[in-house]
Amino acid sequence: MRKLFIKQLTKLNRRKKNYLIINDLGYSVIEPFKNKFPDRTFNAGVSEQNMMGIAAGIASENSNVFVYSIANFSTFRCAEQIRNDVDYHNLPVTIISVGSGVGYGNLGYTHHALQDYALMRSFPNMQILSPGNNNELIAVLNFIQKNPQPSYLRLDKTEHEEIKFKTIKVNPGAIIKLIEGNKKKIILTTGSVQNLAKSIRIKNYNKYSLYSMPIWGMKAKNKVKNIIKKFDEVITIEDHFYDGGFGSWIKECIDDSKIKTIIKSKFIKNKVINEVGSKEYLLKKYGPK
Amino acid sequence: MNKFTKDIRINILKLTYKAKSSHIGSCLSIVEILAVLYNKILKRKDRFILSKGHAALALYCTLYQKKYISLKTLNSFGSNKTILMNHVSHKVNGVEFSTGSLGHGLPVAIGKAIKFKINKEKNKVYVLMSDGEINEGTTWEGLLFASHHKLDNLNIIIDYNKLQSMDFVKKVINIEPLKSKFLSFGCNVKVINGHNITAINNALIRSAKNKPNVIIANTVKGKGVSFMENNNLWHYKNPNLEDLKRSLLEINKKYA
Repeated sequence: MRKLFIKQLTKLNRRKKNYLIINDLGYSVIEPFKNKFPDRTFNAGVSEQNMMGIAAGIASENSNVFVYSIANFSTFRCAEQIRNDVDYHNLPVTIISVGSGVGYGNLGYTHHALQDYALMRSFPNMQILSPGNNNELIAVLNFIQKNPQPSYLRLDKTEHEEIKFKTIKVNPGAIIKLIEGNKKKIILTTGSVQNLAKSIRIKNYNKYSLYSMPIWGMKAKNKVKNIIKKFDEVITIEDHFYDGGFGSWIKECIDDSKIKTIIKSKFIKNKVINEVGSKEYLLKKYGPK
Repeated sequence: MNKFTKDIRINILKLTYKAKSSHIGSCLSIVEILAVLYNKILKRKDRFILSKGHAALALYCTLYQKKYISLKTLNSFGSNKTILMNHVSHKVNGVEFSTGSLGHGLPVAIGKAIKFKINKEKNKVYVLMSDGEINEGTTWEGLLFASHHKLDNLNIIIDYNKLQSMDFVKKVINIEPLKSKFLSFGCNVKVINGHNITAINNALIRSAKNKPNVIIANTVKGKGVSFMENNNLWHYKNPNLEDLKRSLLEINKKYA
């Protein structure tokens, strides 16, 4: 999804209001933006905390900043800069992490993003943008360009095949129907596990509808509660630990209320993964089933 | 200017007493720096970030003197419902950025400085840091970046009062030789007396080309009150009524 992201970011920058900051990575990905807007592109070097502070500084002067990095570097490594400088000041910084879940399979535990939702969903102003296909990616970028605010864009490392372009509208907490099925029993995914969700559906939940939620976060909780309560059963699927993840977030949304919806969550096993392999191998062994 | 700094010190003392808050020593060491910035240096579009956010009260008192906030707001310090957080808050009129966790102000200031450079705007960015912040990795990460991008519109002032939270700086983590550290990072460096109005002013009005400017301001923690000066107890302790009376007498005499 990286290349499409850069292509769209370049396209959306006609008014030159967008800045791109990287921490010494993104080789052969970020060039289209950099070549077109050299004075809007910075390499902060290997210094994530400084990078996030600079992003907040630029954003505080009426600009939108996109901080591009992989896995944990743009999240955990500079968590306090995100908390204090970006989220507290409610600044239009979009934090991009490439390699959702076990996307960087062989690179090992240091490069897996398995706890990032837990961190990012703890910030009150943060919108989590977790597109599951190219149409959703384009839609979430359009959303954030129209509604600049603190946001976290979780990108699949794998390039998705160009599916037929379809304009979709996304909003925080809104769900998008991917496969029509049972009206009361659904599978709900976020992020880059749509194909996995489809195969789980065929195997175990053949009649269920399949939905995705590409934008969510603390501010959308009430809205999500009202959506979830309409269903009898919701199966959540994600490439993240259960603790602090999407499924547990959905449960939090309907907590302390009289809602009877049954929520079942499928996720990546809550444990340190001590072996490596391809993304497919790791997902098969440790991922949602 | 004497009256200006005297009134700030008096308000810092009174409000710290009233609020039973900490960091009185850290506030008293930056009074002259704030007075020069707000009376002589800062122009309309310039930016100032207090990176040592625990000295918030010194800035609130300065902002009151400059009519950014009312006496009523200032006097709310330490009470419930106040917006005057003990670590500086951007919700207060005139405050550019909230800080409190050390090492955050410089990267944000760099972001602003580089934005002004790109837009070819002449504004300058000033950031006031503590000597404790020299311990932070972001200080040195930021200096590498600022120097690489030749941010000569960036002015970094170090409140070098030589005392950090637990002990003297040289006993906690020695940061000397400080001047040569900044020089080796490609900065233009000046070392001044941080309580001398003329010295501060001269250092701030003349800046180098193509390099970030660093001013090492030698200051005294607790400046103006003899029993608070150079005594780390006043990083934490708030004055009792007796301490307050004694300190106000001293300030009235010294800055008459």
